[in-house]
Amino acid sequence: MLRSLNINPDKCTGCLQCEMACSFENEGVFNPAKSRIKIFTFHDEGRFVPYTCTQCDEAWCLHACPVEAIKMNKETGAMEVLDAVCVGCKVCTIACPFGTVNYNQTTGKVIKCDLCGGDPQCAAACPTEAITYVDADATGLEKMRAWASKTDNQAHAN
Amino acid sequence: MTYVVVGTGPAGVVAAETLCQIDPANQVMLVGDEPEPPYSRMAIPYLLIKNIDEQGTYLRKDPEHFGNSIKHLYGIAQSVDAESKILHLADGQRMNYKALLVATGSKPILPPVPGIDGERVTTCWTLEDARKITATLSPGASVLLIGAGFIGCIILEALVSSGANLTVVEMGDRMVPRMLNQTSGELLKQWCEEKGVNVMTSAQVESIEHHPDKSIVNISDNRQVEAELVISAAGVRSNADFLDGTGVELKNGAVAVDRHMCSSIPGIYAAGDAACGLDFSTGDYSVQAVQPTAVEHGRIAAANMVKHGSVLHQGCINMNVLDTIGLISVSYGNWQGVAGGDHTSLLDRDRFRYINLQFSEDTLIGANTLGMTQHVGILRGLIQGQFKLGKWKQRLVDNPLLIMEAYLAATQGA
Repeated sequence: MLRSLNINPDKCTGCLQCEMACSFENEGVFNPAKSRIKIFTFHDEGRFVPYTCTQCDEAWCLHACPVEAIKMNKETGAMEVLDAVCVGCKVCTIACPFGTVNYNQTTGKVIKCDLCGGDPQCAAACPTEAITYVDADATGLEKMRAWASKTDNQAHAN
Repeated sequence: MTYVVVGTGPAGVVAAETLCQIDPANQVMLVGDEPEPPYSRMAIPYLLIKNIDEQGTYLRKDPEHFGNSIKHLYGIAQSVDAESKILHLADGQRMNYKALLVATGSKPILPPVPGIDGERVTTCWTLEDARKITATLSPGASVLLIGAGFIGCIILEALVSSGANLTVVEMGDRMVPRMLNQTSGELLKQWCEEKGVNVMTSAQVESIEHHPDKSIVNISDNRQVEAELVISAAGVRSNADFLDGTGVELKNGAVAVDRHMCSSIPGIYAAGDAACGLDFSTGDYSVQAVQPTAVEHGRIAAANMVKHGSVLHQGCINMNVLDTIGLISVSYGNWQGVAGGDHTSLLDRDRFRYINLQFSEDTLIGANTLGMTQHVGILRGLIQGQFKLGKWKQRLVDNPLLIMEAYLAATQGA
Protein backbone atom coordinates (compact mmCIF):
# COMPACT_ATOMS: atom_id res chain seq x y z
CA MET A 1 0.00 0.00 0.00
CA LEU A 2 1.48 3.32 -1.08
CA ARG A 3 1.33 5.96 1.59
CA SER A 4 1.71 9.69 1.30
CA LEU A 5 1.93 12.76 3.45
CA ASN A 6 -1.44 14.31 4.10
CA ILE A 7 -1.27 17.94 5.04
CA ASN A 8 -4.11 19.74 6.73
CA PRO A 9 -3.15 23.40 7.17
CA ASP A 10 -6.22 24.09 9.32
CA LYS A 11 -4.67 22.00 12.09
CA CYS A 12 -1.21 23.60 11.91
CA THR A 13 -0.24 25.83 14.82
CA GLY A 14 3.09 26.88 13.35
CA CYS A 15 5.13 25.19 16.10
CA LEU A 16 7.86 24.15 13.61
CA GLN A 17 8.40 20.74 15.29
CA CYS A 18 8.22 19.21 11.81
CA GLU A 19 11.03 21.41 10.53
CA MET A 20 13.20 20.53 13.52
CA ALA A 21 12.52 16.82 13.11
CA CYS A 22 13.23 16.91 9.39
CA SER A 23 16.45 18.80 9.84
CA PHE A 24 17.62 16.48 12.61
CA GLU A 25 16.73 13.32 10.70
CA ASN A 26 18.37 14.40 7.46
CA GLU A 27 21.12 16.83 8.43
CA GLY A 28 21.86 15.82 12.02
CA VAL A 29 21.17 19.30 13.40
CA PHE A 30 18.14 21.09 14.79
CA ASN A 31 18.03 23.84 12.21
CA PRO A 32 14.72 24.74 10.55
CA ALA A 33 16.65 26.40 7.72
CA LYS A 34 17.82 22.92 6.68
CA SER A 35 14.38 21.35 6.74
CA ARG A 36 12.80 19.87 3.63
CA ILE A 37 9.34 20.68 4.90
CA LYS A 38 8.56 24.34 5.46
CA ILE A 39 5.84 26.15 7.33
CA PHE A 40 4.68 29.29 5.58
CA THR A 41 3.12 31.92 7.77
CA PHE A 42 0.25 34.12 6.66
CA HIS A 43 0.18 36.82 9.31
CA ASP A 44 -2.75 38.72 7.90
CA GLU A 45 -4.87 35.61 7.58
CA GLY A 46 -3.66 34.04 10.83
CA ARG A 47 -2.78 30.85 9.04
CA PHE A 48 0.13 28.40 8.82
CA VAL A 49 0.69 26.16 5.80
CA PRO A 50 3.09 23.20 5.92
CA TYR A 51 4.54 22.53 2.49
CA THR A 52 6.78 19.92 0.98
CA CYS A 53 7.18 17.67 -2.07
CA THR A 54 4.08 15.64 -3.05
CA GLN A 55 6.21 13.05 -4.92
CA CYS A 56 4.21 14.02 -8.00
CA ASP A 57 3.62 11.67 -10.93
CA GLU A 58 5.19 14.11 -13.36
CA ALA A 59 8.46 13.93 -11.42
CA TRP A 60 9.84 17.01 -13.15
CA CYS A 61 13.00 16.78 -11.05
CA LEU A 62 13.69 13.20 -12.05
CA HIS A 63 13.16 13.84 -15.75
CA ALA A 64 15.18 17.05 -15.79
CA CYS A 65 18.22 15.48 -14.12
CA PRO A 66 20.95 15.05 -16.73
CA VAL A 67 22.87 12.35 -14.84
CA GLU A 68 20.20 10.00 -13.41
CA ALA A 69 20.75 11.21 -9.85
CA ILE A 70 17.05 11.21 -8.94
CA LYS A 71 15.30 7.86 -8.79
CA MET A 72 11.96 6.65 -7.59
CA ASN A 73 11.97 4.43 -4.51
CA LYS A 74 9.53 1.71 -5.54
CA GLU A 75 8.68 0.91 -1.91
CA THR A 76 7.67 4.42 -0.89
CA GLY A 77 7.00 6.12 -4.21
CA ALA A 78 9.40 8.91 -3.20
CA MET A 79 11.76 10.56 -5.66
CA GLU A 80 15.13 10.26 -4.00
CA VAL A 81 18.35 12.17 -4.70
CA LEU A 82 21.37 9.90 -4.99
CA ASP A 83 24.06 12.04 -3.37
CA ALA A 84 26.92 10.11 -4.92
CA VAL A 85 25.59 10.76 -8.42
CA CYS A 86 24.26 14.33 -8.11
CA VAL A 87 26.76 16.75 -9.65
CA GLY A 88 25.00 19.83 -8.25
CA CYS A 89 23.92 21.32 -11.59
CA LYS A 90 20.62 22.54 -10.03
CA VAL A 91 18.53 21.95 -13.15
CA CYS A 92 15.99 20.04 -11.02
CA THR A 93 15.63 23.06 -8.71
CA ILE A 94 14.33 25.20 -11.56
CA ALA A 95 12.41 22.40 -13.27
CA CYS A 96 10.29 21.53 -10.20
CA PRO A 97 7.27 23.86 -10.47
CA PHE A 98 6.49 23.33 -6.78
CA GLY A 99 9.79 24.74 -5.58
CA THR A 100 10.46 21.70 -3.42
CA VAL A 101 13.95 20.79 -4.61
CA ASN A 102 16.59 23.05 -3.09
CA TYR A 103 20.31 23.43 -3.56
CA ASN A 104 22.51 22.98 -0.50
CA GLN A 105 25.53 25.19 -1.04
CA THR A 106 27.44 23.49 1.80
CA THR A 107 27.37 20.05 0.19
CA GLY A 108 27.07 21.12 -3.44
CA LYS A 109 24.11 18.76 -3.88
CA VAL A 110 20.36 19.19 -4.04
CA ILE A 111 17.99 18.10 -1.30
CA LYS A 112 14.33 17.17 -1.32
CA CYS A 113 11.83 15.23 0.76
CA ASP A 114 12.38 11.46 0.52
CA LEU A 115 9.66 10.51 3.03
CA CYS A 116 12.53 9.48 5.36
CA GLY A 117 12.54 6.11 3.61
CA GLY A 118 8.96 5.39 4.68
CA ASP A 119 8.89 6.81 8.20
CA PRO A 120 8.54 10.57 7.75
CA GLN A 121 9.74 12.32 10.88
CA CYS A 122 7.71 15.46 10.22
CA ALA A 123 4.50 13.46 10.61
CA ALA A 124 5.85 11.69 13.69
CA ALA A 125 6.73 15.03 15.29
CA CYS A 126 3.52 16.90 14.48
CA PRO A 127 1.52 17.25 17.71
CA THR A 128 -1.76 18.24 16.05
CA GLU A 129 -2.00 15.78 13.14
CA ALA A 130 -1.66 18.59 10.65
CA ILE A 131 0.84 16.28 8.95
CA THR A 132 -0.04 12.60 8.77
CA TYR A 133 1.35 9.71 6.75
CA VAL A 134 -1.57 7.68 5.49
CA ASP A 135 -2.89 5.47 2.69
CA ALA A 136 -2.36 7.44 -0.50
CA ASP A 137 -5.90 6.79 -1.74
CA ALA A 138 -7.44 8.24 1.39
CA THR A 139 -5.55 11.52 1.25
CA GLY A 140 -6.08 14.69 -0.63
CA LEU A 141 -3.22 13.46 -2.77
CA GLU A 142 -5.30 13.62 -5.89
CA LYS A 143 -6.21 17.19 -5.09
CA MET A 144 -2.59 18.05 -4.47
CA ARG A 145 -1.59 16.42 -7.70
CA ALA A 146 -4.27 18.33 -9.56
CA TRP A 147 -2.12 21.42 -9.10
CA ALA A 148 0.46 19.62 -11.11
CA SER A 149 -1.89 19.49 -14.08
CA LYS A 150 -1.90 23.26 -14.17
CA THR A 151 1.74 23.15 -15.04
CA ASP A 152 1.53 20.03 -17.18
CA ASN A 153 3.19 20.79 -20.45
CA GLN A 154 1.71 17.88 -22.30
CA ALA A 155 -1.98 18.35 -22.91
CA HIS A 156 -3.24 15.27 -24.64
CA ALA A 157 -5.09 15.88 -27.85
CA ASN A 158 -7.75 13.28 -27.09
CA MET B 1 10.28 -1.02 -38.86
CA THR B 2 12.82 1.07 -37.05
CA TYR B 3 12.84 4.43 -35.34
CA VAL B 4 16.07 6.30 -35.93
CA VAL B 5 17.17 8.95 -33.45
CA VAL B 6 20.18 11.05 -34.46
CA GLY B 7 21.93 12.58 -31.48
CA THR B 8 22.78 11.14 -28.06
CA GLY B 9 22.19 14.14 -25.82
CA PRO B 10 19.25 14.36 -23.41
CA ALA B 11 16.69 14.98 -26.19
CA GLY B 12 17.81 11.92 -28.18
CA VAL B 13 18.19 9.60 -25.21
CA VAL B 14 14.86 10.54 -23.61
CA ALA B 15 13.14 10.20 -27.00
CA ALA B 16 14.69 6.76 -27.55
CA GLU B 17 13.57 5.62 -24.10
CA THR B 18 10.06 6.98 -24.63
CA LEU B 19 9.81 5.26 -28.02
CA CYS B 20 10.85 2.01 -26.38
CA GLN B 21 8.29 2.41 -23.63
CA ILE B 22 5.26 3.14 -25.75
CA ASP B 23 6.12 1.03 -28.79
CA PRO B 24 8.30 -1.85 -27.55
CA ALA B 25 7.62 -3.89 -30.69
CA ASN B 26 9.85 -1.68 -32.83
CA GLN B 27 13.61 -1.27 -32.74
CA VAL B 28 15.15 2.10 -31.82
CA MET B 29 18.50 3.04 -33.34
CA LEU B 30 20.35 5.82 -31.52
CA VAL B 31 23.10 7.33 -33.64
CA GLY B 32 25.79 9.53 -32.08
CA ASP B 33 28.81 11.21 -33.63
CA GLU B 34 31.07 11.11 -30.59
CA PRO B 35 32.99 7.97 -29.61
CA GLU B 36 31.57 8.00 -26.05
CA PRO B 37 28.56 6.63 -24.24
CA PRO B 38 25.76 9.24 -24.17
CA TYR B 39 26.84 11.93 -21.72
CA SER B 40 25.68 15.27 -20.39
CA ARG B 41 27.43 18.45 -21.42
CA MET B 42 25.81 20.00 -18.32
CA ALA B 43 28.13 17.84 -16.22
CA ILE B 44 31.39 18.92 -17.88
CA PRO B 45 32.04 21.84 -15.49
CA TYR B 46 31.90 19.36 -12.59
CA LEU B 47 34.33 17.09 -14.42
CA LEU B 48 36.70 20.02 -14.87
CA ILE B 49 36.68 20.75 -11.12
CA LYS B 50 37.22 17.00 -10.57
CA ASN B 51 34.03 16.51 -8.54
CA ILE B 52 33.21 13.62 -10.84
CA ASP B 53 35.02 11.38 -13.29
CA GLU B 54 33.97 10.93 -16.92
CA GLN B 55 31.54 8.22 -15.96
CA GLY B 56 29.81 10.77 -13.75
CA THR B 57 28.83 12.69 -16.87
CA TYR B 58 27.08 9.70 -18.48
CA LEU B 59 23.36 10.18 -18.99
CA ARG B 60 22.69 6.56 -18.04
CA LYS B 61 24.95 4.72 -15.64
CA ASP B 62 24.06 1.13 -16.52
CA PRO B 63 26.44 -0.01 -19.29
CA GLU B 64 23.73 -2.40 -20.51
CA HIS B 65 21.18 0.41 -20.83
CA PHE B 66 21.79 0.87 -24.53
CA GLY B 67 21.76 -2.77 -25.48
CA ASN B 68 18.90 -4.49 -27.15
CA SER B 69 15.79 -2.39 -27.47
CA ILE B 70 17.77 0.81 -27.91
CA LYS B 71 20.79 0.21 -30.07
CA HIS B 72 23.45 2.89 -29.71
CA LEU B 73 25.87 3.15 -32.59
CA TYR B 74 28.58 5.52 -33.68
CA GLY B 75 27.94 7.33 -36.93
CA ILE B 76 27.89 10.72 -38.56
CA ALA B 77 24.62 11.62 -40.25
CA GLN B 78 25.38 12.82 -43.76
CA SER B 79 22.12 13.15 -45.64
CA VAL B 80 18.50 12.10 -45.64
CA ASP B 81 16.44 10.71 -48.48
CA ALA B 82 13.05 11.83 -47.22
CA GLU B 83 11.18 10.24 -50.12
CA SER B 84 12.50 6.71 -49.41
CA LYS B 85 12.89 7.36 -45.66
CA ILE B 86 16.58 6.53 -45.55
CA LEU B 87 19.29 8.12 -43.40
CA HIS B 88 22.77 8.01 -44.93
CA LEU B 89 25.77 7.92 -42.62
CA ALA B 90 29.23 9.21 -43.54
CA ASP B 91 30.67 5.67 -43.52
CA GLY B 92 28.23 4.61 -46.23
CA GLN B 93 25.70 2.91 -43.96
CA ARG B 94 22.05 3.33 -44.91
CA MET B 95 19.35 3.23 -42.28
CA ASN B 96 15.69 2.81 -43.15
CA TYR B 97 13.39 4.56 -40.75
CA LYS B 98 9.72 4.53 -39.86
CA ALA B 99 10.20 7.93 -38.24
CA LEU B 100 13.38 9.98 -37.86
CA LEU B 101 14.24 12.25 -34.95
CA VAL B 102 16.77 15.03 -35.43
CA ALA B 103 18.23 15.49 -31.95
CA THR B 104 21.65 16.56 -33.16
CA GLY B 105 22.02 19.41 -30.68
CA SER B 106 24.25 22.33 -31.39
CA LYS B 107 27.91 23.15 -31.78
CA PRO B 108 30.08 26.07 -30.77
CA ILE B 109 30.44 29.03 -33.08
CA LEU B 110 34.01 30.26 -33.42
CA PRO B 111 34.33 34.03 -33.75
CA PRO B 112 35.76 34.79 -37.20
CA VAL B 113 39.05 36.34 -36.11
CA PRO B 114 42.60 35.63 -37.34
CA GLY B 115 44.31 32.95 -35.27
CA ILE B 116 41.11 31.33 -33.96
CA ASP B 117 42.14 28.06 -35.63
CA GLY B 118 45.43 27.92 -33.70
CA GLU B 119 46.42 24.95 -31.57
CA ARG B 120 46.13 26.85 -28.29
CA VAL B 121 42.48 27.64 -28.95
CA THR B 122 39.80 25.21 -27.83
CA THR B 123 36.08 25.17 -27.29
CA CYS B 124 34.53 23.74 -24.12
CA TRP B 125 31.73 21.61 -25.46
CA THR B 126 32.67 17.92 -25.62
CA LEU B 127 34.39 15.42 -23.33
CA GLU B 128 37.35 15.61 -25.72
CA ASP B 129 37.49 19.40 -25.18
CA ALA B 130 37.37 18.84 -21.41
CA ARG B 131 40.33 16.44 -21.64
CA LYS B 132 42.33 19.03 -23.55
CA ILE B 133 41.51 21.80 -21.07
CA THR B 134 42.35 19.59 -18.07
CA ALA B 135 45.69 18.68 -19.60
CA THR B 136 46.59 22.34 -20.17
CA LEU B 137 45.39 23.95 -16.95
CA SER B 138 48.04 24.49 -14.33
CA PRO B 139 48.58 26.93 -11.49
CA GLY B 140 49.75 30.26 -12.87
CA ALA B 141 48.83 29.44 -16.46
CA SER B 142 47.34 32.38 -18.35
CA VAL B 143 43.93 31.59 -19.75
CA LEU B 144 41.79 33.80 -21.93
CA LEU B 145 38.10 33.01 -22.18
CA ILE B 146 36.15 34.39 -25.13
CA GLY B 147 32.54 34.90 -24.08
CA ALA B 148 30.86 35.38 -20.71
CA GLY B 149 27.69 33.59 -21.71
CA PHE B 150 26.27 30.53 -20.02
CA ILE B 151 29.09 28.14 -20.96
CA GLY B 152 31.82 30.67 -20.24
CA CYS B 153 30.42 31.44 -16.80
CA ILE B 154 29.75 27.88 -15.74
CA ILE B 155 33.37 26.83 -16.36
CA LEU B 156 34.82 29.87 -14.59
CA GLU B 157 34.99 28.05 -11.27
CA ALA B 158 37.10 25.27 -12.76
CA LEU B 159 39.43 27.80 -14.36
CA VAL B 160 39.76 29.91 -11.20
CA SER B 161 40.27 26.93 -8.91
CA SER B 162 43.06 25.59 -11.12
CA GLY B 163 45.02 28.70 -10.17
CA ALA B 164 45.03 30.09 -13.67
CA ASN B 165 45.33 33.81 -14.38
CA LEU B 166 42.05 34.43 -16.06
CA THR B 167 40.79 37.07 -18.47
CA VAL B 168 37.26 37.03 -19.85
CA VAL B 169 36.32 38.99 -22.96
CA GLU B 170 32.60 39.53 -23.53
CA MET B 171 31.02 41.42 -26.44
CA GLY B 172 27.91 42.37 -24.47
CA ASP B 173 27.82 45.19 -21.94
CA ARG B 174 27.40 42.76 -19.02
CA MET B 175 27.85 39.13 -18.17
CA VAL B 176 25.41 36.54 -19.59
CA PRO B 177 23.45 39.21 -21.50
CA ARG B 178 21.07 36.61 -22.93
CA MET B 179 20.01 35.43 -19.50
CA LEU B 180 20.56 38.25 -17.00
CA ASN B 181 19.27 41.81 -16.95
CA GLN B 182 21.50 44.85 -16.49
CA THR B 183 21.54 44.81 -12.69
CA SER B 184 22.23 41.10 -12.27
CA GLY B 185 24.67 40.94 -15.20
CA GLU B 186 26.71 43.81 -13.76
CA LEU B 187 26.60 42.39 -10.26
CA LEU B 188 27.86 39.06 -11.56
CA LYS B 189 30.76 40.89 -13.21
CA GLN B 190 31.63 42.52 -9.90
CA TRP B 191 31.45 39.12 -8.18
CA CYS B 192 33.91 37.64 -10.69
CA GLU B 193 36.27 40.59 -10.39
CA GLU B 194 36.30 40.16 -6.61
CA LYS B 195 37.31 36.53 -7.21
CA GLY B 196 40.33 37.75 -9.14
CA VAL B 197 39.02 37.37 -12.69
CA ASN B 198 39.81 40.11 -15.17
CA VAL B 199 36.47 40.74 -16.91
CA MET B 200 36.26 42.92 -20.03
CA THR B 201 32.73 43.68 -21.19
CA SER B 202 31.78 45.54 -24.40
CA ALA B 203 35.05 44.12 -25.69
CA GLN B 204 35.98 42.03 -28.68
CA VAL B 205 38.86 39.74 -29.52
CA GLU B 206 40.29 41.07 -32.80
CA SER B 207 43.07 38.58 -33.48
CA ILE B 208 45.19 35.91 -31.85
CA GLU B 209 48.93 35.74 -32.62
CA HIS B 210 50.52 32.38 -31.94
CA HIS B 211 54.15 32.23 -30.78
CA PRO B 212 56.12 29.12 -29.76
CA ASP B 213 55.67 29.65 -25.99
CA LYS B 214 52.45 31.66 -25.82
CA SER B 215 49.72 33.41 -27.74
CA ILE B 216 49.01 37.11 -27.77
CA VAL B 217 45.36 38.05 -27.89
CA ASN B 218 44.57 41.47 -29.34
CA ILE B 219 41.42 42.97 -27.88
CA SER B 220 39.45 46.06 -28.91
CA ASP B 221 40.70 49.47 -27.63
CA ASN B 222 44.31 48.38 -28.19
CA ARG B 223 44.43 45.92 -25.32
CA GLN B 224 46.71 42.87 -25.35
CA VAL B 225 46.66 39.78 -23.16
CA GLU B 226 49.12 36.89 -23.17
CA ALA B 227 47.62 33.43 -22.96
CA GLU B 228 48.77 29.83 -22.83
CA LEU B 229 45.24 28.65 -23.43
CA VAL B 230 42.36 30.36 -25.22
CA ILE B 231 38.89 28.95 -24.60
CA SER B 232 36.23 30.04 -27.04
CA ALA B 233 32.70 30.04 -25.65
CA ALA B 234 31.11 32.52 -28.01
CA GLY B 235 27.74 30.87 -28.54
CA VAL B 236 26.39 27.83 -30.33
CA ARG B 237 24.34 27.03 -33.40
CA SER B 238 22.12 24.09 -34.25
CA ASN B 239 23.46 21.07 -36.12
CA ALA B 240 21.14 20.72 -39.07
CA ASP B 241 23.49 20.83 -42.06
CA PHE B 242 22.92 17.18 -42.94
CA LEU B 243 19.30 18.00 -43.78
CA ASP B 244 20.33 20.17 -46.75
CA GLY B 245 18.41 19.10 -49.81
CA THR B 246 15.63 17.34 -47.91
CA GLY B 247 13.27 20.28 -48.06
CA VAL B 248 13.09 20.36 -44.26
CA GLU B 249 12.32 23.94 -43.34
CA LEU B 250 14.74 25.67 -40.98
CA LYS B 251 14.17 28.59 -38.65
CA ASN B 252 16.97 30.35 -36.77
CA GLY B 253 19.27 27.66 -38.15
CA ALA B 254 17.28 24.87 -36.49
CA VAL B 255 14.52 22.56 -37.69
CA ALA B 256 11.21 24.44 -37.69
CA VAL B 257 8.79 22.12 -35.88
CA ASP B 258 5.06 22.27 -35.30
CA ARG B 259 3.34 21.49 -32.01
CA HIS B 260 3.83 17.77 -32.64
CA MET B 261 7.57 18.37 -32.96
CA CYS B 262 7.24 17.43 -36.64
CA SER B 263 9.24 19.22 -39.33
CA SER B 264 7.83 20.39 -42.64
CA ILE B 265 8.45 16.85 -43.96
CA PRO B 266 6.17 14.13 -42.53
CA GLY B 267 8.13 11.43 -40.71
CA ILE B 268 10.98 13.77 -39.76
CA TYR B 269 10.80 15.18 -36.23
CA ALA B 270 13.20 17.33 -34.22
CA ALA B 271 13.90 17.95 -30.53
CA GLY B 272 16.25 19.88 -28.25
CA ASP B 273 18.83 22.37 -29.49
CA ALA B 274 18.26 21.23 -33.09
CA ALA B 275 14.58 22.21 -32.95
CA CYS B 276 12.99 25.63 -33.19
CA GLY B 277 10.00 24.89 -30.99
CA LEU B 278 7.11 26.67 -29.33
CA ASP B 279 8.02 29.05 -26.52
CA PHE B 280 5.37 29.10 -23.76
CA SER B 281 6.04 32.71 -22.82
CA THR B 282 6.20 34.39 -26.20
CA GLY B 283 3.93 32.13 -28.25
CA ASP B 284 6.66 32.31 -30.86
CA TYR B 285 9.04 29.60 -32.03
CA SER B 286 12.65 29.72 -30.86
CA VAL B 287 15.72 27.66 -30.02
CA GLN B 288 15.97 27.62 -26.23
CA ALA B 289 18.99 25.32 -26.01
CA VAL B 290 18.40 24.28 -22.39
CA GLN B 291 18.23 20.86 -20.74
CA PRO B 292 14.59 20.85 -19.50
CA THR B 293 13.39 21.88 -22.96
CA ALA B 294 15.45 19.14 -24.60
CA VAL B 295 13.88 16.52 -22.33
CA GLU B 296 10.32 17.76 -22.91
CA HIS B 297 10.88 17.93 -26.65
CA GLY B 298 12.24 14.39 -26.63
CA ARG B 299 9.23 12.95 -24.84
CA ILE B 300 6.68 14.78 -26.99
CA ALA B 301 8.46 14.03 -30.25
CA ALA B 302 8.65 10.32 -29.39
CA ALA B 303 4.92 10.09 -28.65
CA ASN B 304 4.13 11.69 -31.99
CA MET B 305 6.62 9.49 -33.84
CA VAL B 306 4.65 6.47 -32.61
CA LYS B 307 1.24 8.00 -33.19
CA HIS B 308 1.24 11.30 -35.01
CA GLY B 309 -1.07 13.80 -33.37
CA SER B 310 -1.16 12.01 -30.02
CA VAL B 311 0.49 14.74 -27.96
CA LEU B 312 0.33 18.47 -28.51
CA HIS B 313 3.22 20.59 -27.24
CA GLN B 314 2.07 23.43 -24.99
CA GLY B 315 5.34 25.29 -25.33
CA CYS B 316 8.41 25.26 -23.11
CA ILE B 317 9.29 27.94 -20.62
CA ASN B 318 12.80 29.16 -21.18
CA MET B 319 14.67 28.64 -17.91
CA ASN B 320 18.27 28.69 -16.85
CA VAL B 321 20.26 28.18 -13.70
CA LEU B 322 23.91 29.09 -13.61
CA ASP B 323 26.60 28.76 -10.95
CA THR B 324 29.41 31.24 -11.52
CA ILE B 325 32.18 30.64 -8.97
CA GLY B 326 29.50 30.02 -6.35
CA LEU B 327 27.06 32.80 -7.24
CA ILE B 328 23.85 31.24 -8.46
CA SER B 329 21.72 33.03 -11.02
CA VAL B 330 18.36 32.03 -12.45
CA SER B 331 16.20 33.24 -15.30
CA TYR B 332 12.67 32.33 -16.28
CA GLY B 333 10.37 33.17 -19.15
CA ASN B 334 10.00 36.81 -20.10
CA TRP B 335 12.68 38.03 -17.67
CA GLN B 336 13.17 41.08 -19.90
CA GLY B 337 9.53 42.05 -19.33
CA VAL B 338 6.88 42.85 -21.91
CA ALA B 339 5.40 46.04 -23.28
CA GLY B 340 2.66 47.29 -20.98
CA GLY B 341 3.86 45.05 -18.15
CA ASP B 342 5.43 46.11 -14.89
CA HIS B 343 8.05 44.78 -12.53
CA THR B 344 9.39 44.79 -9.02
CA SER B 345 12.82 44.05 -7.63
CA LEU B 346 14.80 43.78 -4.44
CA LEU B 347 18.56 44.23 -4.33
CA ASP B 348 21.13 43.60 -1.61
CA ARG B 349 24.26 44.67 -3.45
CA ASP B 350 26.68 43.87 -0.61
CA ARG B 351 25.50 40.27 -0.36
CA PHE B 352 24.98 39.78 -4.11
CA ARG B 353 21.31 39.02 -3.63
CA TYR B 354 18.76 40.09 -6.18
CA ILE B 355 15.29 39.23 -7.36
CA ASN B 356 13.39 40.80 -10.22
CA LEU B 357 9.82 39.80 -11.05
CA GLN B 358 8.06 40.72 -14.29
CA PHE B 359 4.29 40.90 -14.51
CA SER B 360 1.65 41.26 -17.16
CA GLU B 361 -1.33 42.69 -15.27
CA ASP B 362 -1.54 40.45 -12.19
CA THR B 363 0.21 37.41 -13.68
CA LEU B 364 3.89 36.59 -13.23
CA ILE B 365 5.57 36.15 -16.62
CA GLY B 366 9.30 36.16 -15.92
CA ALA B 367 12.03 36.48 -13.32
CA ASN B 368 15.75 36.91 -12.67
CA THR B 369 17.40 36.00 -9.38
CA LEU B 370 20.91 36.11 -7.96
CA GLY B 371 22.01 34.20 -4.87
CA MET B 372 18.68 32.43 -4.40
CA THR B 373 18.63 28.66 -3.80
CA GLN B 374 15.45 28.02 -1.85
CA HIS B 375 12.06 27.32 -3.52
CA VAL B 376 13.25 28.93 -6.73
CA GLY B 377 11.22 26.45 -8.82
CA ILE B 378 8.02 28.04 -7.57
CA LEU B 379 8.71 30.81 -10.07
CA ARG B 380 8.10 28.25 -12.79
CA GLY B 381 4.90 27.12 -11.05
CA LEU B 382 3.62 30.69 -10.87
CA ILE B 383 4.55 31.53 -14.46
CA GLN B 384 3.34 28.31 -16.07
CA GLY B 385 0.21 28.15 -13.93
CA GLN B 386 -0.63 31.66 -15.20
CA PHE B 387 -2.25 32.32 -11.84
CA LYS B 388 -4.13 35.58 -11.34
CA LEU B 389 -2.40 36.93 -8.27
CA GLY B 390 -5.12 39.36 -7.21
CA LYS B 391 -4.14 41.13 -3.98
CA TRP B 392 -0.91 39.11 -3.90
CA LYS B 393 0.37 41.09 -6.86
CA GLN B 394 0.71 44.18 -4.64
CA ARG B 395 2.16 42.08 -1.82
CA LEU B 396 4.82 40.82 -4.25
CA VAL B 397 5.50 44.32 -5.51
CA ASP B 398 6.09 45.33 -1.88
CA ASN B 399 8.14 42.22 -1.10
CA PRO B 400 9.19 40.05 -4.06
CA LEU B 401 10.50 37.37 -1.68
CA LEU B 402 6.93 36.29 -0.86
CA ILE B 403 6.77 34.09 -3.96
CA MET B 404 6.02 30.89 -2.02
CA GLU B 405 3.25 32.58 -0.07
CA ALA B 406 1.79 33.99 -3.29
CA TYR B 407 1.81 30.53 -4.81
CA LEU B 408 0.11 28.94 -1.81
CA ALA B 409 -2.49 31.67 -1.82
CA ALA B 410 -3.16 31.12 -5.52
CA THR B 411 -3.37 27.33 -5.31
CA GLN B 412 -4.77 26.65 -1.85
CA GLY B 413 -6.53 29.89 -1.07
CA ALA B 414 -4.18 30.19 1.88
